[in-house]
This record gives sequence, C-alpha cells and structure tokens, in this order.
Amino acid sequence: MSFFLQSFLVSVIAASTPLLLAATGELVAEKSGVLNLGVEGMMLVGAIAGFATAHSTGNPFLGVIAAIFAGGAMALIFGFLTLTMLANQIATGLALTIFGRGFSALMGAGFVGIAAPTLPKLKVPLLTELPFIGPVLFGHDILIYFSFVALAATGWFLYRTHAGLILRAVGDSHDAAHAIGYPVIRIRYAAAMFGGAMAGLAGAYMSLSYSPLWAEDMTAGRGWIALALVVFSAWRPAWLLGGAYLFGGIMYLSLYVQGLGVPIPSPFVSSLPYLGTVLVLVIISRDRRRIRLNQPASLGRPFHATA
Amino acid sequence: MPAAAAETTPLLALRGITKRFPGCLANDHVDLEVGRNEIHALLGENGAGKSTLVKIIYGVMKPDEGSLFWQGAPVAILNPAYARRLGIGMVFQHFSLFEALTVAENIALGLNDRKERADLSARIVEISTNYGLPLDPGAAVHDLSVGERQRIEIVRCLLQKPKLLIMDEPTSVLTPQEVEKLFAVLRRLASEGCSILYISHKLEEIRALCERATIMRLGRVVARVDPRAKTAKELAELMISAELKPASQRRAAPVGGAPRLAVERLTIRSTHQFGTDLKEVSLSVAGGEIVGIAGIAGNGQTELMDALSGEVPAERPETVLLDGVAAGHMGPRERRKLGGCFVPEERHGHGAVIAMTLAENAFLSANVRHALARLGIVDKPRTVEFTRGIIERFDVRTTGPHAEARSLSGGNLQKFLVGREVQQNPSVLVINQPTWGVDAGATLAIYEAIVKLAEGGTAVLIISQDLDEIFLLCDRIMVIAGGRLSPSIPVKEATIEQIGLLMGGTSQGGSTSQSGGTSQGGAAAPGAKEPEGERRAV
Amino acid sequence: MSAVLFRFEPRGERSTLWVYGSPVLAILLTIVSTGIIFAAMGQPPARAVYTFLVEPLVGPSGISALLVKASPLIMMGAGLSVCYRANVWNIGCEGQFTLGAIFAGGLAIAMPDASFWFLFPAMILFGCLGGMFWAGIVAWLRTRFNANEILTSLMLTYVAQLLLIYLVTGPWRDPKGFGFPQTALFSDSATAPILFAHTNIHLGCLFAPLLAIAAWLVLSKSTLGFQLRVVGQAPRAARFGGFSEARLIWIALLISGGLAGLAGMFEVSGAIGQLTTTISPGYGFTAVIVAFLGRLHPVGAIFAGLLLALSYLGGNSAQIDLGMPNAVTGIFQGILLFYLLGCDILILYRLKRTGTQAQTAKLAEGAAE
Repeated sequence: MSFFLQSFLVSVIAASTPLLLAATGELVAEKSGVLNLGVEGMMLVGAIAGFATAHSTGNPFLGVIAAIFAGGAMALIFGFLTLTMLANQIATGLALTIFGRGFSALMGAGFVGIAAPTLPKLKVPLLTELPFIGPVLFGHDILIYFSFVALAATGWFLYRTHAGLILRAVGDSHDAAHAIGYPVIRIRYAAAMFGGAMAGLAGAYMSLSYSPLWAEDMTAGRGWIALALVVFSAWRPAWLLGGAYLFGGIMYLSLYVQGLGVPIPSPFVSSLPYLGTVLVLVIISRDRRRIRLNQPASLGRPFHATA
Repeated sequence: MPAAAAETTPLLALRGITKRFPGCLANDHVDLEVGRNEIHALLGENGAGKSTLVKIIYGVMKPDEGSLFWQGAPVAILNPAYARRLGIGMVFQHFSLFEALTVAENIALGLNDRKERADLSARIVEISTNYGLPLDPGAAVHDLSVGERQRIEIVRCLLQKPKLLIMDEPTSVLTPQEVEKLFAVLRRLASEGCSILYISHKLEEIRALCERATIMRLGRVVARVDPRAKTAKELAELMISAELKPASQRRAAPVGGAPRLAVERLTIRSTHQFGTDLKEVSLSVAGGEIVGIAGIAGNGQTELMDALSGEVPAERPETVLLDGVAAGHMGPRERRKLGGCFVPEERHGHGAVIAMTLAENAFLSANVRHALARLGIVDKPRTVEFTRGIIERFDVRTTGPHAEARSLSGGNLQKFLVGREVQQNPSVLVINQPTWGVDAGATLAIYEAIVKLAEGGTAVLIISQDLDEIFLLCDRIMVIAGGRLSPSIPVKEATIEQIGLLMGGTSQGGSTSQSGGTSQGGAAAPGAKEPEGERRAV
Repeated sequence: MSAVLFRFEPRGERSTLWVYGSPVLAILLTIVSTGIIFAAMGQPPARAVYTFLVEPLVGPSGISALLVKASPLIMMGAGLSVCYRANVWNIGCEGQFTLGAIFAGGLAIAMPDASFWFLFPAMILFGCLGGMFWAGIVAWLRTRFNANEILTSLMLTYVAQLLLIYLVTGPWRDPKGFGFPQTALFSDSATAPILFAHTNIHLGCLFAPLLAIAAWLVLSKSTLGFQLRVVGQAPRAARFGGFSEARLIWIALLISGGLAGLAGMFEVSGAIGQLTTTISPGYGFTAVIVAFLGRLHPVGAIFAGLLLALSYLGGNSAQIDLGMPNAVTGIFQGILLFYLLGCDILILYRLKRTGTQAQTAKLAEGAAE
C-alpha cells in the first residue's frame, strides 16, 4: 500500500513540474502586465528544441539550454508584436500557439519515435535509500528540484527586491510607473522573455524527462492549464505551488485510475483536469473583489507613452 | 537679475513661460515668483492654466518659451527626477499610487537612490507622526481612505527634504478636520524653510493659509495679491471675470408649472472606484425652467447623472419621476420613451462611440423617440436624414453624417451630442458639463440651443463646474458637495461668493466627507471655520 | 532609453488604405517567409511555394476540394467575427464544432435506416443546437460567475474532444467497423446533398458564404448588430444606449457557437460521412485566423477562409509531392497571423523617421524621463 502511495507521490510531483515551471514564468509576465496566451506554443517549441539538441549533441543539458533560448525567442516575437507594434495581446498569444504547434511539429518530424539522452536523476547517497521519504523527496530529476528553486527565487525577487517591486508597480499601473520614470516597455520585454524561457524549460522537461520522447502536441493543453493556474494562484507564488500540485495531481490521477482498472471510460477521467480547471476558474472568478485586488490592474492593456 | 541679498532672491522664478497645445494656449507669458518660507497660492478656475504651469515646474512638460530660475540661477528641469534632485516635490491632485502595494512600497518607488530607501519603514513612521500625518508603512493602499492616501504622497515628498512643495488642489478630498491638520503641517514646513506653492480655487482656504496669491485666468496672470487683504468676493471676481451679465437681462423667468423632472430623496452607493455616494438628493425642475447644479468635479455629479439617465437604477421607482411617471426602475430606453434625454459628461466612450460615424452615434440615443429602426433593422435613410438635421441646425463642422465621431473637434462633437438630444424634443433634458473643453463659438451655440429648448417648455437640468455658465443660463441654482445637494436658490438672489463657498463646502448644508474606498467617519462640522456672519448661506 | 531613430505617430483616424493593404502586405510577407523556410529545409523555394499555394488548385478537383475545405472555416470565421466585434473572446470554436458534429451525428446514428426527407434538416438543427449548447456554457460561466471566456472555452474544447473519443470508441462504435474508432457511415438521407455531380461540393459549401453574408447583414444593418458593435467598442456607451451587456454576451456566444456547430455538422455529414476521432485538423483555431484576416468582417471571412483552406490543401500537397510534414500548414497560418497583427499597426499609426540632429536630441531629452 505504501508503495502505491509512494509511487503516487513521486508521479504527482513529476506530473506537476511542467505546470509549475510554465506557470512560474507566466506569473512573472502577468505581474508586469503582459498576458501571453502562447504558453502552449512556447512549451512545444522548447520541447522540440531541447529534444533535438540533446539528441544531436548527446548532452541533455545542452538541450535544456536550447529550450530556454527557444522559449525566450518565441516570447521575444510576442513582445515585439504586442509591446512595440501594439498588437492585440490575445490574438498574438493565439498566433504564438498556432505557430508554435506547427513549427514544433515541423522541426520534430524527424524525431518521432527516437530516443534522446534524458536528464539524470539526482541521487543523494544515503538519503535516497531512506524508506518511503527517500524516493519521494530525493532521487528526482534535476529540473524538478530546479522548479522549486525557481519558484522560491521568483517569490523572493518579486517581493524582496527593489527590481521586483518596480515590476509589480508596472503591472499595477503602467501610467504611474511611467510618470515616475521607469522604462515600462523594457521591463515588460524582460518579464515576457522570462516567461518564455520558463515555458521552454517546461517543454524540455517533458521531452527530456517526463515522457521522455517527442510527439506532436505532446503538451496536450498543459500550457493552457498553466494559464488557469496563474489565475487560480491569484498571482501569488506561494499559491502557485499548491495549485500546480493540485492540477498535477488531477492530471496524474486520470492515468492512475485507468491503471487501476476502474470501469470508468478513460476519456472521462482524462477530462478531469480540464473540468477541474473550469471549476476552479469559476470559484476564483466569482469573488470579483479578490480578482480586482490581486490581478495586476494593467494586465493585457497596451501601453502607449503619452509624454 | 538685479544684485540682491540672498534672502530676497526668490526661491523659484518663472519668466515669460508659454505653452501651447493644439487649439489652446495653456500658458501665455506667465511670470511667477515664490519666495523663501512663503506659502504662495496659485488661484484660478478650471482651464486657467494652473496645472500646466505646475507640470512645467515639476519637469513633466517643457515650456515652448520662457525660462525658470531656481535660487537665482537659470535651470532647465528635464524630468521629475531632476526636479526632485533640485528640491522640488509635488503632490498631484490625482495621486499616482499603486493600489495593490503597501505604503512603504509606494514610497520606495519614488526614491531613486538606494541609500534613501534604507530604514524606510522607520523613517516613514518617524516623519509621518512627527508632522501629524500618521501612516502605517505596511498598510495596503487600496484599504486607505482618500485622505490617508494623500498623506502617502506628502510623506513621500517630505522624505526627500524638499525646498519647494507644490500642492495641486489638495483639499478637494479632505474633511474640514483633515484640512486643518494639513494646514498646520504646511505652516510648519514653511517656517522650517520649505516654501509651498498651493494651487486651489477655494477662496476661504487661500485666505486662511497663503500670504501671496497669483491669480490666473485663461492662461494669463491677471493679478498678484495678498489674499489676506482681500475678501473672498474680491478674489472670486478676479478669478472669474467682472463681466457677468446680471441675471435679470436673460429671458423672462418661466411661469410656474408642475415639475417635469422630480427626484425624491435619492440615495445611491457609487459604483465607481473612488466615487461619491449620493445622500438624500432631492430636486425638481418645472417645464420651461433651467436649473443648475454647481459643484467641483468629484462630488457626486457622475453618480447623479447615472441615476437620472437610468444607467444605474434607483432603489424605488418613485425616486425619479418624469412628467409624474415613476421611472426610478427604468433603464435609459424607457426613460427616453417618457421624454427624458441626457448628455453625459464624457464624450469619448460614453456619450458617443468615437470610432463610429455620426449617424450611428445619432442612432445610439435617438432610435427610441424617432423610430429609427423598424422590425429590428436600422432605417439608414431616416437616421442619416435625422443626423443631417442635427448637423445643419447646430452648425456642426464636419464632412457629413458618415464622418467618424473622432474626426470632430471637441466643440463640434459636443454641439452634435447636445443637438442630438435637443432634436428629439425632450420633455426633460439633463446635461452634465455642457461646455467642458469646448471653444467659445460652440459654447454660445450650445447655450442658445438650451435656452430655446426651455422656452419651448422643456425642463432643463444643467450640472456644471463653470459658475459663469450657471449664472448665465439658470433660473435656480443648487450646489452639490460630498454627494449632498443644497437647497435651491433663485439665481437673482445668489451671489458668486456665496455659491463659491457652498462649492468649497464651508457653509451649512455642504459636506465634504466622501466615502472613497472605505467609509470615513466624521461628518463635516458645517461652517466651523467661519466666524463672520456675512459668509453664511442665505 | 537611448534615442530611437523611428517611432510610431498616431494618425488620428483609420487609414482606409491600410485597412485593406495590411492583409495584402501580410500575405505577401508570409509567402516570402514560407519560401525562406522551405529553402532552409532544403527545398527549392519557388517550386515549394508553387506546390503549396498553386498546385492544389490545378485540375478539376482542385476547386472542389478548396470549397469543401473552406466551408467550415468560412462558417466559423464569420461567427467569430461577430463575436469578436462584441469583444467576447470565444477561443473554443473547435469544441463547439465538435459538439455540433456529435449532436447531428448522434441523430444520424440513431436512425440508420431512416429515409425521411426531414432527417437532414433536423440534423442541421441539431448541429446548431450542439454548438450553441457548448458556447452557452461559456456564456453562462462568464455572465454568472465572471469567469474568463478564453480559458473556459479552451478547456471545454478539450472536454469536447474527449467526449467525442468516448462516444466513438464506446457506445457509438460501429459494430461492423472492425474495431476502428468510428461510427457507422451515415445513411444517404443523413448525408449532405451534393450540389454538383461528380464533385464533393456539398450543401455546406453553399450555406457557408450565405451565412457569412447573413452575419454581415445582421452586424451592419440590424439593431442587434449595432448593439453588439457598440458593446465591443464602448461598454459605457452601450449602457447609455440602454443595452444589456450580459444579454449581448450570450447572443455573441450563441451565434458563434451555433455557426461552429453547424460547421461541424456539415463536416461530418458532408466531407467525412461519419463520426471519427479526428473530424477536425484544428479548424476551430484556424477560424480565429480567418476572422482576423478577414478584418473581423464576416464577408472578409469568405476570402480569408478560402486562403486558409488553401493552406491546408497546400500542406497536404507538400507532404505528398515534397515529402514535407504537413505541419507546414500550421507554420504558414501562424506566420500569417503574426504578420497581420504587425502590419495592422499601420492602420492607426504612421512610421516616422527622426533624422535631424536637433530632433534626435530633443527625443533623447524627452526619453530621458
């Protein structure tokens, strides 16, 4: 029994990680006022970039770096269109996703069904051997530990540094921030690209560790769920952790339940994460005051400097 | 510059400052001097050019002509950070605060230097309690009342040890007690070596606080006085103009009749973020009458307009009566059917959709009374014809009914919007700020239209910040302050001074308490500062 | 920020030239970029672009294939144009398409041997209802709970797909289908009538442009259309006009959902002839591009739908003739939308060079704020 629980926990942690990584990045972007719906596309591009690079070089870490750059590059396109060319953020985000799906499928055509070197698991001697806690807490992939570190670092950056304060101010009122003299556009570019880099990283995690392989559309909507996750967390990093594990748990549950042979048709179980997301969105959004208080006030609104 | 001892060199001197905007000369060769340890008032009505001048001083804008001198030496103030380094601090009328952040975080954002941010919380507490404006550094701004938010702005300035503190209309959001506290702080600052440049149009306050006043009108300086040596009436006349036509020269006063618009103790919570709740507002307007509601912006005019037009329903149907019919529960369409027409204060995005054509904008409002749609289909020819009628009759300068609303100048668009409602032959017309941002020619046309409408028997209600126009057009006048309406006074008996005082909320019946984001306790003690009998409302 | 040598200056009004010019420029740029990508993949660019864009049209069945492919895109694009004009961001067309297919397909399967003449009209109705039902959920969540329609409509798309999979692999599976995940073929009376003999052009290909024109008429000539446009541009003016925002949100979603459901119905009863797990290669998302490319004008959706249908056919032909993965389609579509969004700025802004020293210095001064 405890073995099932143990492997359940291990698997939930693994399933939640791409959500956590992507959502952390998107949270920073949204905190600065940028709404990037292209997370799904950026994850896919990161996945294929990571996979292809790891396969070609034989080194999964180079793959991770490639994925980060790929995600950041996608976000740069988004930034250019929405921040400099003042395009509609929703349409641009969608374009990013459509393009990302197509581009990753194109690049990945030759990589279907091939194996690539995967990321190593961190094995701490002795600690990993501990019964139960050992495999659950130690012995995970490097990126899983990184996801915690990244989240903690993001929280620290946003709430304990002056630079993070400026970023939050930009998201709250870009006009007031501009009046004080902060470079709103530059800050948003940086935040968006961080979001892209993290999404790319999430994709790399999926193709180099979680699956680990490449398949078209392998993220199966995780990018969208990450977006919902940011809303769920009320734009607060601490809540993001809980939310990611909740959603990840639901995602994993669908696989787990099928494995148990419970006679529920698998599509129903697979739809749980999506229905769960809708339910969560409804609950969160009902409290308009909470949304109003926590949502960055200038989210999604284009900034045009009026000197 | 004449050779003078250091003490007599003005702290700040402006010479010949000129600033132009498209269609408007905001500052016309303005000279200004603020001395050391001085509390200097900058007095004038809305549109006089005070805000522009002050933005130039603070580095938000650059003048087209003219020069500035700081402590005797010429300077070019490139941007607000530069101004702060010189020692100029500014508390804006509309705060640039970040709602979601705490007091300490807001203040930290205005401080460029890392050293300045050290021990910030402790220093905030120290300065704020020291000056009698206590602040909790950890409080979130959205929880604070408007008066408390202003303290943040002030403390933020004080932390940088300014030599000149500019305050733009600071007391329009304060209760009388808070005003007293503020004045104590300002007097103390002045005595400690920080001059104050105090922008306001509240005459009594300026007389109580300031030693010198520079009065502006239409971009020019019209007078420099010692406000303590003048009465409020004299100051008001300097501010407005001496050329008001006496009320009796206007058209004949209307014959009494049944009220066509009646509001009965309307009480509504504001739906806007920093709105003012309406409290027990009652009024009535008879056919042929023009009634004016004077008041400084932000005292409940928008809420009143929403409640009258039907965009916000009243608590009971009988609260609003149109020609005797209970209409409080009705929306705008039904109220239009009853004969009510409305011109909101905001042209862009409220009274009109600026990206749409004039014909479409005409349809927006007039489709009810003029049957501009049949069976759910827009009757284009009829709408265009109606629009053309408006354009011709009101001399709207435009290429035609298919011109986009945004291609019109402010004055022309306002003429169109007023004309749109007038052409519908309403029984009741409510206009909020009829000539705000409108040129003189269009203004006259609008006035003519309003008067003619009233002569035809329509009940007209005008809400305006412009005392000139209220005195010019109206038969009776009321004042709205803090969400409450004063009793109405026939214009023949009213004086500018008296109305100005009511607007400033310093007389009986006027309250400056506002609810802002959270409710504030403490109703205003009416007339607490006014010992002299002559200033009481009649 | 260092001085920039060019900037965007507001025009003050929409430039009619660029309203039509922007899509044209975007299309040209896309073709060039696609050519470059082909070249990067080792294909001769001119030949590859020809294969992608021209070859599918050559030959008698080319036009027929184009019209069949374009029909769902046009229908959905027109519906989305109406919806987006009202500032309601329905991204879940794909799910509404699926539900329309499910409802209509379910009816067809329930009556496998029927030959009533009104079966097909009933399927039309059911298809519409299916899409409206799915979009109605989004409307309810938005108006009642203030839930963001982008995320809810997207999540429901995934749910719809899973529902389809369940039905097609489970209770609705064709017992004589050798275990494949598909339903039985629809009977003749449940199949969309073919309009021209020896082609695949079915009734839906006629409905699509007609519905687009109808959508345009509603949007431009009816009071409802006026209200939708006002609420999309200035919600406060809509309130001034006395329109109910919630009601208009419902209507916008029901219209776009209904049209999407109808598209789904025609696709499974016309082009495919049965329900399978893959009834749509992402039409619902492509429809978003159709709407934008068509300038959010329902009639523009007709032309945009044709172009994007061509991109699907081109992807197929590139796959067959050049051995390229047909993901090329997705890239073309994504790049097209990118360029379109970028070129659109020219409608409201003009590009100004700031060449002189004095001007650059002045900008530097201003930008130093």
